[in-house]
Amino acid sequence: MSPPPPLPRWADVGLIPLINVFAALVVSGIVVAIIGENPFEAMMVMIKGAFVYKGSLGYTLYYATNFIFTGLAVAVAFHAMLFNIGGEGQAYLGGLGAGLTCLLLDSMLPALLLVPLAIMASAGFGAVWGAIPGYLQAKRGSHIVITTIMFNFLAASIMVWLLAGRLKAPGQMSPETRSFSENAELPFIHDIANALGMEMARSPLNLSFVVALLACVGVWVLIWRSRLGYAIRATGHSAKAAEYAGIPVSTIIIITMAISGGLAGMMAINEILGVQHRTILGFTSGYGFTGIAVALMGRNHPVGIVLASLLFGALYQGGAELDFEFSTITREMVLLIQGLIILFSGGLAYMFNRPLAHLLGALLSQRDRKDHTEAGQNG
Amino acid sequence: MADLWLQFLLTIDATLRVATPLILCAMAGIFSEKSGVIDISLEGKMLMSAFVAAAVATLTSSAIAGMFAAIGVAIMLGLLHGLASITLRGNQVISGLAINILASGLTVTVGIAMFQQGGQTPSLARAERFRPIELPFAEQLGGIPIIGTIYREVISGHNILVWIALGAVLFTAFMLTRTRFGLRLRAVGEKPEALDSAGVSVARTRYLALIIAGVLCGMAGAYLSTAHGSGFVREMTAGKGYIALAAMIFGKWQPRGALLACLLFGFLEAVASRLQGVELPLIGQAPVDLILALPYLLTVILLAGFVGKAMPPRAIGEPYIKER
Repeated sequence: MSPPPPLPRWADVGLIPLINVFAALVVSGIVVAIIGENPFEAMMVMIKGAFVYKGSLGYTLYYATNFIFTGLAVAVAFHAMLFNIGGEGQAYLGGLGAGLTCLLLDSMLPALLLVPLAIMASAGFGAVWGAIPGYLQAKRGSHIVITTIMFNFLAASIMVWLLAGRLKAPGQMSPETRSFSENAELPFIHDIANALGMEMARSPLNLSFVVALLACVGVWVLIWRSRLGYAIRATGHSAKAAEYAGIPVSTIIIITMAISGGLAGMMAINEILGVQHRTILGFTSGYGFTGIAVALMGRNHPVGIVLASLLFGALYQGGAELDFEFSTITREMVLLIQGLIILFSGGLAYMFNRPLAHLLGALLSQRDRKDHTEAGQNG
Repeated sequence: MADLWLQFLLTIDATLRVATPLILCAMAGIFSEKSGVIDISLEGKMLMSAFVAAAVATLTSSAIAGMFAAIGVAIMLGLLHGLASITLRGNQVISGLAINILASGLTVTVGIAMFQQGGQTPSLARAERFRPIELPFAEQLGGIPIIGTIYREVISGHNILVWIALGAVLFTAFMLTRTRFGLRLRAVGEKPEALDSAGVSVARTRYLALIIAGVLCGMAGAYLSTAHGSGFVREMTAGKGYIALAAMIFGKWQPRGALLACLLFGFLEAVASRLQGVELPLIGQAPVDLILALPYLLTVILLAGFVGKAMPPRAIGEPYIKER
């Protein structure tokens, strides 16, 4: 097989993700058809559920908020060629940080102080949970993938132990903390809109969405416009070269993992400060893993990550709608689509790249030749 | 005293039962990773085969048919992983993760469509499960102190898959160290170009390793749903694939070490389930959740080189690109 001509950047960034999603949807559609339902009908239900019904867009954006945080987390680590699959555990511990802050201080501090403090605590706890695997990789040579997997389970155990024990609200059966006071709440967007005199349907969408967008800007500045970001990317391209250029690679790895963990930890503010107003068991429900799909789809760029988060937000919200409309297909369908998207855009990444590169190469060279002959005739 | 001894024996017995799927999966992991292919899809392969084993056992009323179907589906997932990581040279971790998520979604989706029980399969009847095998004279010899009780409580009364799992350890050790295939398998994980220059196909060797891993994962899944349990429950692997992965690392990618690690992790789980809700002197309520977290913690400590050093195969995770 001849080596394919390099894929043009616009195709790599724009076309390949679309092809991946399309492939994932086709395979899921086949599964739906085998089950005996109409895949196009299911698709329409999901689209309506995600965008059309009253308040559905708010739900879609609310899910997207989670995915922006966890997607950014994976992407930042990716730039240093670190594969952080510990977003789930880092987000979980972020919820512990936010929860502890609110439990301790919600009767003392006003919202304007408490909420920023809780956000910092969630980022801080997540950062520590990311930095330890970073340290173990940089200084002790353990593999980051394995360590972060283990840290996911460790986080889960710690949270079960605390929420069913020390932190459980007195007189409560379910493993969760007491509800925080109103000072600890991030306001809902529909409340803000109503206060401004705009009519808006109720949804769990809250101010965290704005924080998530700010985080996108922050990551963009960090990676492409800062000295640290340069060091992160240099470490990712070639750790050896970075070392020779005087970049302290071990330190960069630890810092990158701390930033990555901090971003994942901030996912907790959407769930804990924005919606639940208490720390509950299992609030991360796999969103940390979805972040991997989001980062892969979004090509590790904040803009791509926002778009991919919207897609996954729509899938999650639309998927919930499947439960109501069909007796045989449920929201687990979304896990299937998600797995397929990760498979096509990650594991099988080169399956479409090569043929597409050949195809585009052939088309482009044909056009070049045509331009050439035309130019020749004119000249 | 006799009662304490019996309690101890019952815990050892439970350890074997809990460790069986871990042992099978850890051996699968050894085959895969020794050949240079990272395999975090043990979890997904086991989950998928647990579902298929239970579903097919229900439909055909045969546990054996269920197991073979489970092996088939685990091999297919292994080949998918191979396509991604060997042929297309994609990222092996991502491919494995995708298979795990895929299995989570697919088992529940298909389960609901097939059986309308919220993702479970119907409860299996006796004939559709692997039954315990009572060894001869277990009851009569059980009267003999120590040896007899060990024979009755620990050795007798396991189903065939427990024995197969223990056999799989011998099989793995034999294959890796005593056969030509095993030599090639280890070489392909350490220095694939050496094998390539000797005229042996790197891809073929790795695919074969993944197929063997599929067979072992398939049996692990079948054990969960048709021997240990009596039917498939959604997410029934509950991280066991990752514990097996941890055990494999803990055992330094060696069959014997991995076996011991699986038994240790199995023992911790058996102890934890015995201590559920028990009040202990000094510490009060037994911290079951923390005991269950020990395998992960121990693996992190070992990997960090604080106790011994676990070295993975050198070429692990790297797709092989043939030089021309």
